[in-house]
Amino acid sequence: MTTAAPPVRTRPRRGWTPGQIVLTLLGTAVSVVFLAPLAWALFTSLKSETEAVEVPPHWLPKDWTGQAWSAMFENGNITNWFVNSLVVSVCVTTIVLLVAALAGYGFARTEFRGKGLLMGVVMAGLMVSPAVLGVPLFTTVQQMGMVDTYWGMILPQCAPAAMVYILYKFFQGIPRELEEAAFIDGAGRWRVFFTIIVPLSRPSLAAVGIFTFISSWNNFLWPYMVTNNPDLMTMPNGIATVMNSYGIQWAQLMAGGLMAGLPLIVVFVFFQRQIVAGVAHTGLAGQ
Amino acid sequence: MTTTSAETIVRPARAKTAANSATARRKQGFQHGGWFVAPFLALFALFIVWPLLRGLYLSFTDANISGEGAHFIGLDNYREALQDPLMWDALGHSAYFTLLVVPCITVLAFLLAMLAHHIERGKWLWRLCFFLPFLLPSTVAANLWQWLFNPGSGMINHVFGIETPWLSDKSYAMLAVVITTLWWTVGFSFLLYLAALQGIPAHLYEAAKLDGANAWHRTVHITLPMLRNITGLVVALQILASLQVFDQAVVMQDFGPGPEDSTRTFVQYTLEQGFTSYRVGYASAISIIFFVLIAAVALARMWLLRNREEGGR
Repeated sequence: MTTAAPPVRTRPRRGWTPGQIVLTLLGTAVSVVFLAPLAWALFTSLKSETEAVEVPPHWLPKDWTGQAWSAMFENGNITNWFVNSLVVSVCVTTIVLLVAALAGYGFARTEFRGKGLLMGVVMAGLMVSPAVLGVPLFTTVQQMGMVDTYWGMILPQCAPAAMVYILYKFFQGIPRELEEAAFIDGAGRWRVFFTIIVPLSRPSLAAVGIFTFISSWNNFLWPYMVTNNPDLMTMPNGIATVMNSYGIQWAQLMAGGLMAGLPLIVVFVFFQRQIVAGVAHTGLAGQ
Repeated sequence: MTTTSAETIVRPARAKTAANSATARRKQGFQHGGWFVAPFLALFALFIVWPLLRGLYLSFTDANISGEGAHFIGLDNYREALQDPLMWDALGHSAYFTLLVVPCITVLAFLLAMLAHHIERGKWLWRLCFFLPFLLPSTVAANLWQWLFNPGSGMINHVFGIETPWLSDKSYAMLAVVITTLWWTVGFSFLLYLAALQGIPAHLYEAAKLDGANAWHRTVHITLPMLRNITGLVVALQILASLQVFDQAVVMQDFGPGPEDSTRTFVQYTLEQGFTSYRVGYASAISIIFFVLIAAVALARMWLLRNREEGGR
């Protein structure tokens, strides 16, 4: 039994109690395990190719060199892939945000014939992914003549039933009175949507946008299926297929991998709170 | 509506229509949502519904990759699939992977979340460290661990002073994929648990403390029960994602099926049939079987959830 501690709402820092010291040490140890592979990638990328494959391996380069990085930029298509990744992810994120927000609102707040049925069909769509239906999806895109095109990479990523569902649930929580008042003032549906609903839903839209961007930037399977053209590949795709194909140059491969991961890592460091909230929010919405 | 009632006195007729049209407008505002839903439905129909129907159709044919000259062959593809040992092997590999990954990731994510939740200093730093790998593309994570598991110049064997043939022995190859996946994706489930932990009302713990419950009891009797829903969610999401494993396994084995075909996953087998053997009809049939399996898992979860809601409380 502790002696009468005043009931405080916000937990004050209790200083370095033995428990906290143990936990912090444990946390540090686990973090080292989590970060070590990334450090290993970074150090490898700063070695020469011959030093990288030396046996036994050592952590720090004996001769620090940016050779792998410059070779990667000079010989490879890496800048192309980077631009492609950016184009694809930005397009996918924009289209998904627009389309999913409209659909979520349509399902949450408007009435039309067959709404219940359509909603059911969309929910069933949650179970379909390129991993499950890759081959028929490919032949469909092939029929449309979109193999080896940007649109072929982008559009099939733009029908995420999950995002519609998340926004649908969020829109349902917005009080109807806000819209009713605007309707009475003579505002049209579209104006209500863009001037009232969208500003109110900024956190949810940000969550959906962030999540979509991460998964699109990192998407490997679909771009891998739909393009063989090295000029059209995205980062994960180009690194995994082209850089892996003619005798792996480990230092270059690690440099490429870090370059593919870097944009999201930098963004994460700056927008940590929003991203954490976003990922948790989109994940938790599936409950 | 004060203005309306004031006008009622002066010009009742017009006021009535005004009130009517206000209600009408209000109702109308919520009607004709078709246009809102249309763009999404168009994409959904083209890239989800149509491939599903097309896959179903193709699964009854002997179509090749060009899509020309396909013949209707009834259930032959399905009959063949059920007797195809390679398909069952591939399904077994994906199931084995799922069986290893799901419990490990759930426990690990929970422990990491508890750790990050209870350390009072530098919360953002722990969050950053545990979540960071999730931000890498799957192929980068796979390449990195392929490099770490490398027998000669890789760090894993060196650090632990062992000589395990991680990538070239069939008893270790899938294990290597599992370890890679744990490192790479545990951050996502970790964040879900962390958010759920922060959502548990503090007064529950305070009350338990007053009753003399120690930290262990508080964890077992408050934290764990309060996290039951989130655990269900994490497990379900992980099962669905793990059954669909592909990227890590192929990249770590240089796009091959691994030692003695031990890392050939179901998705990989489907794609091999479709794009390497050009048997689009057969690939569609096994895709449909896979879809039914995935749908069964998802429906089972919904059924469990509903049962709990009705029976529980």
